[in-house]
Amino acid sequence: MSATATPPAARPRAPQDTPPAGRSRPRRQTGRHLFLGGISLLWLVPLLWAMYTSLRPYEDTAKNGYLSWPSGLSLDNFTDAWAQSGLAHFFWNSVLVTVPAVLGTLFFSAAVAFYVSRFDFRWNIALLMLFTAGNLLPAQVLITPLYRLYLQWNLPGWMSDSFLLYNSYWGIIVIHIAYQCGFCTFVLSNYMKTIPKEITEAALVDGAPVWRQFFQIVLPLCRPAFAALATLESIWIYNDFFWPLVLIETGDKRPVTSALASLEGQYFTNPNLIAAGALMTAIPTLIVYFALQRQFISGLTIGAGK
Amino acid sequence: MTSTLEAPEEPATTPAAPPVPARRRRPRRLGLRDRLFLGVIVGVPLLALLIFVWLPALASFALSFTSWDGLSLSEIDWIGWANYREIFTNYPPFWPAVQHNVIWLLFTALLPTPFGIFLAYQLDRKIRFTRIYQTAIFLPMVLSLAVVGLIWEIIYNPDNGLLNGIIGAASPGTHIDWLGDPDLNLWAVLVASAWRHTGYIMILYLAGLKGFDPALKEAAALDGANGRQTFLRVVFPALKPVNIVILVVTAMESLRAFDIVYVLGGGIGSKPGMELLSLLITDNIVGETSHIGYGSAIAVIMLLVSLTAICTFLVQNFRKDKEEA
Repeated sequence: MSATATPPAARPRAPQDTPPAGRSRPRRQTGRHLFLGGISLLWLVPLLWAMYTSLRPYEDTAKNGYLSWPSGLSLDNFTDAWAQSGLAHFFWNSVLVTVPAVLGTLFFSAAVAFYVSRFDFRWNIALLMLFTAGNLLPAQVLITPLYRLYLQWNLPGWMSDSFLLYNSYWGIIVIHIAYQCGFCTFVLSNYMKTIPKEITEAALVDGAPVWRQFFQIVLPLCRPAFAALATLESIWIYNDFFWPLVLIETGDKRPVTSALASLEGQYFTNPNLIAAGALMTAIPTLIVYFALQRQFISGLTIGAGK
Repeated sequence: MTSTLEAPEEPATTPAAPPVPARRRRPRRLGLRDRLFLGVIVGVPLLALLIFVWLPALASFALSFTSWDGLSLSEIDWIGWANYREIFTNYPPFWPAVQHNVIWLLFTALLPTPFGIFLAYQLDRKIRFTRIYQTAIFLPMVLSLAVVGLIWEIIYNPDNGLLNGIIGAASPGTHIDWLGDPDLNLWAVLVASAWRHTGYIMILYLAGLKGFDPALKEAAALDGANGRQTFLRVVFPALKPVNIVILVVTAMESLRAFDIVYVLGGGIGSKPGMELLSLLITDNIVGETSHIGYGSAIAVIMLLVSLTAICTFLVQNFRKDKEEA
């Protein structure tokens, strides 16, 4: 970590000769490449270490220590971790929560954004602020009353075998939608403001009902924003740890991210298995990130940077 | 919720906000079905937001003045400021938690945040491999904090972790228990959190820099400013909106830090040396020690602190809207 503290002092030498030329004609940038390459490598070390640990058989590391040359690499830890803990089941739980939560968030935030950006009423800004601020509240501020509310809230048996909002996927999906709508509404309303008013006005003059404006004109035009937000929200919701930790009783109903905490110690008993379990949990997000990096980053930055 | 249903009609008769009507005038005759449609698609998320987010936030506030075992609603007793008095004077983990949250904020604001900005500035030019560098440094941000916690647990493991292995502290007797020692564990967690935070800030700042007019930089260079001067005197002040976002992000992340501490603390709630306000709240939700009044009072303290950050963010973003309107 000390490495992060030192470079700023050493920096000024290199940039001096570069900024003006950097734009037009790249010069020798060896120093900068060494620095950035070094930092990138340093940043990858924890992940590479986890990969290395996960690929080594436990017997090997037990005998030779973890910081040693491997006598053989295999995927056994992955298959063991997968089979012993029943990870497939927890992944399925994650799907059951993430897919409806992302779709619901996008749909409803698009609706609010549509309303706020296309119809001007006195409380538009107030409404938008209410949603945005809600997303910024720390989850822990809500959790105590929310937990009690979930324990009081009855659901029919076909929705939840606990007959409560507590310990049901519905509860997790609903809180995700309510909480994440703030961010998406904020982003989408900014995006919709850039759609020329004339488009929907023309539709209105033609007598198209509002629902057709929404579904057939505005939503298709927002496709790029949806792509970015869907990527971002899928990762966020999949990665969420807190809501199911409190709102789903320990057991086999938790999504994989929250289940990790209890699987560790129960099934993942040595670092090799922990590494394998952690990496498998990370695989879906890594795939999405590498495949849709641009969407992910633009989702993050249109919200924050504008 | 009925207010949203009726909303469309009212402003039509009384032109609303003075600066708006001229530009945004449009034929507005929404039929019953249009209003119903809007009412439903806006009313549902609004109801969800109010019931599941704002109601609990307000309820935290109310419950912080009560004593309640959480079982039956009739058992709620109003006890005024007693919870706060107890927390401030008679709840040992409270002040350490406040201290740790402050350390968290200062550490994050002073190391990973400026470093992320610095990296962004270095990467915002035409150099080769810039995408590779960005991908690598931003990668931790894609992992869930639970996974990040496990990955660092393997590094910090006192017996067979990478860190002790490298510095030669793995053999018995020289053990450094990074996550167990109350003087060390907070810093160990902060390093793990910085690993993630740096890339986040870098990406946010890079987006800001993309919108920065390069001509200003060139002008500064022509005037003989060196790299550091250009950044500190020209670029940084011009990116005020991004700076505020980053400030808010840093403050909020420091305040709501939870997952990573929970996982690295062994999943049992707060641990000596790693108490945080967020963990004290969950300590008090369930179990025999549950003390809902305490948890709520701490939640209110968190709420008040976060509201300053939230307001900064809202003012920053919505002032612009008003100017545009």
